[in-house]
Amino acid sequence: MNPMPTITDEERSELRRHGILLTSVEELYNWGRSHSVWPLQFGLACCAIEMIAASMARFDIARFGSEVFRPSPRQADLLIVSGTVTKKMAPQVVRLWNQMAEPKYCIAMGACAISGGPFKRGYNVLKGIDRFVPVDIYIPGCPPRPEALLHGLMELQKKISGQSISGPEAPRHLRHDTSCEYPVPEFGDHDLVPPKNPEVWKVPESPPKD
Amino acid sequence: MSPFDASPLSPSGGAHVRSVVDEFHGDLLEVSMGPHHPSTHGVFRMIVTLDGERIVKLKPVLGYLHRNHEKIGESTSYLGSMPYTDRLDYLNAMTNNWAYALAVERLGGLAVPERAEYLRVILAELSRLQNHVCLAGFLLQDTGASGTPLMYAFREREKILELFESLSGSRMMCNFQRFGGCRTDASSEWLGQVSSLVNGFGAFLDEFEELITGNEILMARTQGVGVMKGPAAVSAGITGPMLRACGVGYDIRKVDAYGIYPRFTFRVPIGSHGDTYDRYMIRILEMRESIGILQQALRDIPAGPIMDPKAKLRGFRPKPGESYGRIEGPKGEIGFYLISDGSANPYRYRVRPPSFVNLTLLEDLCLGHTIADSVVILGSIDIVLGEVDR
Repeated sequence: MNPMPTITDEERSELRRHGILLTSVEELYNWGRSHSVWPLQFGLACCAIEMIAASMARFDIARFGSEVFRPSPRQADLLIVSGTVTKKMAPQVVRLWNQMAEPKYCIAMGACAISGGPFKRGYNVLKGIDRFVPVDIYIPGCPPRPEALLHGLMELQKKISGQSISGPEAPRHLRHDTSCEYPVPEFGDHDLVPPKNPEVWKVPESPPKD
Repeated sequence: MSPFDASPLSPSGGAHVRSVVDEFHGDLLEVSMGPHHPSTHGVFRMIVTLDGERIVKLKPVLGYLHRNHEKIGESTSYLGSMPYTDRLDYLNAMTNNWAYALAVERLGGLAVPERAEYLRVILAELSRLQNHVCLAGFLLQDTGASGTPLMYAFREREKILELFESLSGSRMMCNFQRFGGCRTDASSEWLGQVSSLVNGFGAFLDEFEELITGNEILMARTQGVGVMKGPAAVSAGITGPMLRACGVGYDIRKVDAYGIYPRFTFRVPIGSHGDTYDRYMIRILEMRESIGILQQALRDIPAGPIMDPKAKLRGFRPKPGESYGRIEGPKGEIGFYLISDGSANPYRYRVRPPSFVNLTLLEDLCLGHTIADSVVILGSIDIVLGEVDR
């Protein structure tokens, strides 16, 4: 099989000027996916208000194709974890994530969803949703401004555009050896059982001492 | 087996709908609504027992956003708790700050300079405007007017948030009030911007009301729905617009006369039916009164310092004692109860959240109505889960 012929961006834009659109299946597929990311209509706390503000006229998330907030997880592509996840709520969040159909992405919006934020000291607050759900984009802030959410969305679009649809680099939803189901924790006697999903979250390594 | 004996639906999984049999009603259906539901205003959950489509029992399940606010307050310094109060009712950081500052000022015997009092009134009334306008938008969204009223509401809210941001540095989490005054002074340009916003707000309200207040669908969905009687509301401790909508004239701005509110002339709107439509109208009328208060405050605001020179923010150690500070927040009486043992942290830090107390009558309001009406009733109560669960 011949290696794939390469074409530079200049040549391609020159062709486009002449009305010839040159693309690959991968590129077209990812272009379509990345510009119609439908978020789940799911607010947790303070950040949800900024998420609503982002969908309103001033910030207008519709410019990025993501204005269709779906109430049902079956129709959504993106889970925006917008706020503090408590240990009582964490099982529901993971269940929602499991109910979403692949391909699906997750944004941890705000300090609480990333690490517990200002409420990290609380006995009832999960120290980051990435212990149970694979997070694609982290948006810091308390709460992040709507512009920050839009920036996070653009970064997610970049990430989607860079995914290959075949080969060993293929994303989770195109591989047969991975599951889109993640174990749902239960509210145990002292903590969530299990307290984390070791396949998703590892204890961060401390920086090397030198 | 009656639904009152049945074990509750599992909190974390399992069936979310099941049938139960009642000797009186016959076959009933128990539905778990929430915590993820588009109309629950956060992570509120109701377990609703339905006879056909009518609600015969409603059981709220709380705690999905319990963030240990009060416990954290006991191990945090007095100043350090101020940013946490922003996150209670996250739509109204300014009024939460003020209530907390008032409690600490009473504990420490601090005075507040004149200009700071005026600034507090201006910010609290601006906060009330944006809270009520949001509530109107969300309520109409719940009745099925999807999109447009909420877009109009958020357009105005953004203007107010911009003013908050230019003064305090943050759109929502303002962290602006301090015990003994305010954090930063307002420039004359800022006051001019507030003034132009306030003068234009009446026109926006006229536009909004023309669009929606006389709308037939809104009236059909809200009039006579969720009627609350005055005596029941008083005995349940309901405060704020919810209480005034059923005809009880109780406004802490008038009753306590805290701050400098006695200097302003304003009326307290009172409803007569106590239904959802009245609760909506009360908010619209309160916004019109707030415009009047803001205009008077902007006219009279004096020059001067904004902090009490005796106030010591860092390492503040009040004498042992206790105090309660309450103000009329946009949702009702927001109060903070503090007990000091002389150390740098409060011994007890208790929040009296308006929307949690207002939620207590939810079942009484919803009984006999359809599940679609319960969504509208919940919307008119104006809950914020950060404050309900704390």
